[in-house]
Amino acid sequence: MSAPRPLPIPTSLTEGFWEAARRQELVVQRCADCGAWRHYPQPLCPECHSASWAWTPVSGRGRVYTFTVSYKAFHPAWEDQVPYVIATIELDEGVRMVSDLPHHDTPDVSIGATVEAFFDEVSPEVTLPRFRLVSDGVASAG
Amino acid sequence: MTTPAGCAIAGVGHTAYSRGTERSTLELHLEASLRAIEDAGLRPSDIDGVMPSASARRSAEDFISNLGLRELSYSATLHMGGASTVGAVQTACLAIEAGLATAVLVPAGRRGYSGERISTSQHVVEAIMAHHQEFEIPFGNIAAAQWFAQAAQRHMHVYGTTSEQLGHVSVTMREHAQLNPGALMHGRPITLGDHQESRMISTPFRLLDCSLESDGAGAVVVTSADRAADLRHPVVQVLGSGQSHGYPPTSLTQKPDMAVVSALGVAGDKAFDQARATAGVRRSDIDCFLVHEGFSWYVIAGLEALGFVKPGEGGPFVEEGHIKLGGRLPVNTSGGALSEGHVSGVNHLIEAVRQLRRDVPVARQVADCSTAVVATEGNFFDATVAVLGRAS
Repeated sequence: MSAPRPLPIPTSLTEGFWEAARRQELVVQRCADCGAWRHYPQPLCPECHSASWAWTPVSGRGRVYTFTVSYKAFHPAWEDQVPYVIATIELDEGVRMVSDLPHHDTPDVSIGATVEAFFDEVSPEVTLPRFRLVSDGVASAG
Repeated sequence: MTTPAGCAIAGVGHTAYSRGTERSTLELHLEASLRAIEDAGLRPSDIDGVMPSASARRSAEDFISNLGLRELSYSATLHMGGASTVGAVQTACLAIEAGLATAVLVPAGRRGYSGERISTSQHVVEAIMAHHQEFEIPFGNIAAAQWFAQAAQRHMHVYGTTSEQLGHVSVTMREHAQLNPGALMHGRPITLGDHQESRMISTPFRLLDCSLESDGAGAVVVTSADRAADLRHPVVQVLGSGQSHGYPPTSLTQKPDMAVVSALGVAGDKAFDQARATAGVRRSDIDCFLVHEGFSWYVIAGLEALGFVKPGEGGPFVEEGHIKLGGRLPVNTSGGALSEGHVSGVNHLIEAVRQLRRDVPVARQVADCSTAVVATEGNFFDATVAVLGRAS
């Protein structure tokens, strides 16, 4: 049994993101005035400086912008997972998120590969929105 | 000889670089500081400004107390990670030119092996890391090797850069270290084959693509160039400097183009514009380039961002041997963070000053070295650049 992952500590600004993840929904901040998506969370829209925004559901679909296959676990939680993939995902909406991929996706990862979100309930309080490869329109098992 | 304008680096000093030390980070900073002050031909009481390092958790009070500074009139701390080192020199110059201080101490470095060790997450975590902590560490993107690996992977994808080209950087830094008895990897040469066989850390980075974890500190003393002319060494002027904070600042993964260190380009343009205006120095005049390289890839990225080569040409440039001593643009002639020591880039700054003084062993000396560029990187692609020149 590996050690638990380091868990996010939500702030008043970010707790909506993690609450949505708990109900298996992926949301991103969207400016209520100019419509720009933004991630990671901030109080103001950097494009129009509006303070009006809403957590807005996104498709959960995207592509691998870049990745690395880590052979060293820099935290005990990944010691029995190496080699594991850390991918930077560009969502169809344009924002980027980081996720480790499921272990069995390691041999198949490439830049540009299609991915979709899935929800990893790592503790009763925390669900992590993660991503997995989609091949021929069919997702790999989580 | 005309009176040189602007500011100068009048003194440099450092501790031994080691893997393992009984001494505290403060003790290392104090030894380096005393050496730099002595090297300048000044006394500790002459110091009236200090730029303490946030990465080393230092404060002005550390230096006031231990150096007995009774007339400290200026202090500031930058929060740019490794980029703070050259940034601190820039700020020291501003303070001197504004008349706020006359001799400013810039110490840097840490116990990167025995204390604030990155691979075991013991290093200082600054406020800028908050988003990364919340949205990336829970997903396993923990260490700098993993962040920069993703940038290098993107660079390989876009430009066709190869692992062998990264290896040429590592081998060159190691060759340079063989000419520096103070380098941690002195006496331990490597071949390209050694690089290719070293264990994988995080693709594409192998062990020999990663900078050293080392203990040590270095310091420089900045004065007006006019005052430096009355001190003991040839005057090394700060001809230009630039600072740039990358956008967005939340993480490397959020940069619009992760294969390009755009902030380094912005900082470099500012530094070169000043150097051209103050001294007529252009990019093509630069004799050597000192770049604080956390990873082999950063040398390639740095050559491209600063416009020494075009985007994508960095890999072939290093493969063709142009960054070696005797090449078109020698890089990190003391061995750099890959082979001399990881000292927050202050060792790169010190080497630039020594090259310009023409004060290194002849086999390591860049012939007639008159201009040098020092670049430091920190946080998520924040960058600072200084163009230094030997006063004629």
